[in-house]
Amino acid sequence: MKSLLILTTALTGLAGAALAQDGKTLNVVSWGGAYTKSQIEAYNKPFEAKTGIKVNMIDADIPAVPLKAQVEAGNVTGDVFDIEVADAIRLCDEGALVEINPDDLPPAPDGTPAREDFVDGALQECAVANIVWGTVIAYDKTKFPDNPPTTAADFFDLEKFPGKRGLPSNPKRTLYLALVADGVPHDQVFDVLRTPEGVDRAFAKLDTIRDDVVWWDAGAQPPQLLADGEVVMTTAYNGRIFDAIVSEKKPFEVIWDGQYMDMDLFAIPKGAPNPEAAMEYLKFATATEQLANQAKWISYGPARKSSTALIGLYQDGVTDMAPHMPTSSEHMKTAVMDDPDFWADHESELNERFGSWLASG
Amino acid sequence: MAALDPHAAVVTGATGAVPVAALTTADGRPLARALAISSRRARRRAFLLVLPLLAFVLITFVVPIGQMLHRSMYNDGFAANMPQVSQWFADTPPGTEPDEAAFAALAADLTAAAEAKTIGIVGTRINYDVPGTRSLFTATGRKARGGFEPPYKAALLDADEKWGDLRLWRVMRNASTAYTSNFYLAAVDRTRDDEGRIVMAPAQQQVYVMLFQRTLVLSLLITLTTFLLGFPIAHLLATLPMRRSNLLMILVLLPFWTSLLVRTTAWMVLLQQQGVINDLLVWMGAIDEQGRLSMMYNQIGTVIAMTHILLPFMILPLYSVMRTINPSYVRAARSLGATSWTAFRRVYFPQTLPGLGAGALLVFILAVGYYITPALVGGSSGQLISNMIAMHMTETLNWSMAAALAALLLGGVLVLYWVYDRLVGIDNLKLG
Amino acid sequence: MALPTYASPLEKVWHWTYIGICVAIFVFLIAPIIVVIPLSFNAEPYFTFTDKMLSFDPDGYSMRWYDSLLTFGMVRSEAPRDASWWADAWANAKWISAAKNSLIIGFFSTIVATVLGTLAALGLSRPEMPFRRLIMAVLISPMIVPIIITATGMFFFYSSTCVDSTTTLGRMLAPVLSNSGCLANTYLGVVLAHATLGIPFVIITVTATLIGFDQSLNRAAASLGANPRTTFFKVTMPLILPGVISGALFAFVTSFDEVVAVLFIAGPDQQTIPRQMWNGIREQISPAILAVATLLVIFSIALLTTVELLRRRGERLRGLTPA
Repeated sequence: MKSLLILTTALTGLAGAALAQDGKTLNVVSWGGAYTKSQIEAYNKPFEAKTGIKVNMIDADIPAVPLKAQVEAGNVTGDVFDIEVADAIRLCDEGALVEINPDDLPPAPDGTPAREDFVDGALQECAVANIVWGTVIAYDKTKFPDNPPTTAADFFDLEKFPGKRGLPSNPKRTLYLALVADGVPHDQVFDVLRTPEGVDRAFAKLDTIRDDVVWWDAGAQPPQLLADGEVVMTTAYNGRIFDAIVSEKKPFEVIWDGQYMDMDLFAIPKGAPNPEAAMEYLKFATATEQLANQAKWISYGPARKSSTALIGLYQDGVTDMAPHMPTSSEHMKTAVMDDPDFWADHESELNERFGSWLASG
Repeated sequence: MAALDPHAAVVTGATGAVPVAALTTADGRPLARALAISSRRARRRAFLLVLPLLAFVLITFVVPIGQMLHRSMYNDGFAANMPQVSQWFADTPPGTEPDEAAFAALAADLTAAAEAKTIGIVGTRINYDVPGTRSLFTATGRKARGGFEPPYKAALLDADEKWGDLRLWRVMRNASTAYTSNFYLAAVDRTRDDEGRIVMAPAQQQVYVMLFQRTLVLSLLITLTTFLLGFPIAHLLATLPMRRSNLLMILVLLPFWTSLLVRTTAWMVLLQQQGVINDLLVWMGAIDEQGRLSMMYNQIGTVIAMTHILLPFMILPLYSVMRTINPSYVRAARSLGATSWTAFRRVYFPQTLPGLGAGALLVFILAVGYYITPALVGGSSGQLISNMIAMHMTETLNWSMAAALAALLLGGVLVLYWVYDRLVGIDNLKLG
Repeated sequence: MALPTYASPLEKVWHWTYIGICVAIFVFLIAPIIVVIPLSFNAEPYFTFTDKMLSFDPDGYSMRWYDSLLTFGMVRSEAPRDASWWADAWANAKWISAAKNSLIIGFFSTIVATVLGTLAALGLSRPEMPFRRLIMAVLISPMIVPIIITATGMFFFYSSTCVDSTTTLGRMLAPVLSNSGCLANTYLGVVLAHATLGIPFVIITVTATLIGFDQSLNRAAASLGANPRTTFFKVTMPLILPGVISGALFAFVTSFDEVVAVLFIAGPDQQTIPRQMWNGIREQISPAILAVATLLVIFSIALLTTVELLRRRGERLRGLTPA
């Protein structure tokens, strides 16, 4: 009985400690893995040093999903969410996000106001972009020593390039690739997807490889699948592959064909537990210096023009970042640009169809 | 207090050789009444002991599930946010062509919903029945910020001609009452056609019946494999001397006590292409480097891992029944000339049926509701109905659909539970 | 399982085949759990035995994954390991806070489940209990109903069960409710959910103990002048204690291993060990997950031993009382 009492006391003490500790923390929901790590290094550490507010990173496969769920359930626990443009537009339309006035954001070091410093589309009514990034095809060089794949069509060619493929289990980052591989020019992908026949065509193309696909959910998975030999070729967020190649010395290669260009934005939901600190964090993280610093940790393009000039070498001090950036003019030639309006309108129905398609496999 | 003591009453009654009608307790009250009072009191005491827990389980378990069932047939996303046009639907009989009044109501509601930023909710609700219409609502809502000018029909058709679609109006009429059976229809791959008849959903949306079937088939398969693996083990444990069987029992109980996630992780480590089993096979020369087997991210992985996880639930009931089987029956059969196979088939096996029934039902019930293991090792072809419920809960946020699927699954499980109770008795559930 | 002397040669062959099959099944049962243990000491980030490991080269083994459990999530993991380093690990390391949460939630949910469950089992085992079968069925159902359904229901219920924080009640309950005054994303919510899931185990084990319990002992105590409370604590409780404790252990393990309800109803502050593992497995099963798995296997061996000892003690105790 006595030992039980001691145990109770100890655990109650523990509970008290645990409760006390979450008093002043800011919960930032982001994409996990190497990307979250870059945000911790470039944003959170200086922010914590400056303000004394502790930032707690929460990993999500797609942060907009828990955001929507939290808003729908009326129970918001995250303060800042790292989301994509389509979701930012949609959730803003639904009144789920706090509006952000671009004039409140810090100007560039040379005094250029934030309105002009950010790239096109980076400033939304309720969200501010921090990075521009790409979803690319990556493969294991050791598996194709003589005749490496070079195009999106090769990704769907199981004859010439046998082996499992990795694809994300969502329509947004699969349908475009099917269309590009099927011969749709990269700048017409969304014109085709807007027609029902185009959607059928994309699904039909996916059908041709579905038995050989390993589906992934979180951005950290595809480099892992490649490294474990579970797949020989996969799509992946370009920064994650960069991280695997450069810092983990993996024998991977990127195919810059039909890569999907997207932006990540910070948004604050209405009803966030710490709205003021969240706004503080958002302004701090999207300032010129922080955005430029992030590129030291991961190969994503900063959303501010003034940051681009500051990008130099990777944190190892030798790797030049420029050729790895999805935003380089060379890579932009083959990119599929995100169409947020399309996804704002069609994502939920395509999600359901994709889910049904996937489960019936 | 003493007078009402049941034992006192019993003692008094037992000593009495007097006529029945005259039986009384020590203080002169009729015995029957005293007994009734005391037994009522005993019942109440017993019930009071159970009451706190019953209340607790009702509040934290039964009520939430009831609420979920309610949600599976109740969705006021349209009705609550589009009051005027809902009123118009209520005032007119089904099949009425939308007139100017209807369009005026619709325009007013759309403007108000756009203003209140609830138009996305309305669009989402209609989108469940007519895929692709969410954007119609949000896009019109964006245009509606300035308000519409009469005539409203022309103004709305000008904004988007889809507003003239009669199917849309039929669906909106359907959604204007919050109670609907549509989610249950969708959960069995059915939908309503333009005349409101129940028909099969378009082929590309037919997935749930297939998933229910797959869940059923895989669960049966897993029950079978646990039986095939569990029976010999249970038999061995039951026939060994107690000391040795207790030792071997630990090998059964350790997996039972080990975290589900640990066991699933372990199987991922073993089954993956660069994992231990494939390495072993390559090393033994059974397969070559190119021919590594894919045993994960498909149904094979789900079946293997779930068989392992559910095996103790088969072994334990089988074991407890086999322990009670008298070995002399089999010996008697042998001495009467039966072969060992006949003795097993005709004498031993029938006696194990109660344990087999209990184990099989338990494994099957647990298997149909499994979520974690298929989600981690199942890939796309190893997904069960639970994974679909989770998808609708966390990804598509079609909560009414998740609730409808959950309700169907729950119905199936409760029927099995009832059968279990009839055949085995819940009291006979044992843990290790 | 000795072979009778009159066994035919065919039967002998079958007997040894049967033993072989049983050994194979035991390997199937136990091997997956054992395999993770050596692999968690792998020096390389792979899930298979490297050549160095197979040749028992010390270089092939390392404690790095156990170390990463400590450092993951720390603010300054590279700093020298002095008192402030440990304070940092204690406060920030993700696995440590997950362990704290698991213990807190497990402890309180076990208390709730055990107290309520034992009382109810006492009531249920009385012959006078009305609607016994129905009530038993309701109380056991959390174990039978698929957890995904339970979690779905609780998600809706907890999101909608809120107290206005401006009322007196709301102010009183504020420390245990979320910012919006709801049960979702709170310790209390997870504790209640886990208690519900643990209750069937307590009921089953305690009623099983009570089947062998001789009610005349209570009557004897009462006839010797003990009041009901004294009877309970001095007579009933010591005898059913092994059953109660193993029920409590079951309830604790249920909570300690539970992930689906946590996925649905817990917030970022209530991340438990299984939740953290779920993240880890889905993202990248680094051997760090295997290190956690190993620790959990050791933990379950300890629990299993405790339960086994309790069971034996219980049987001994009950063996003293005539049935």
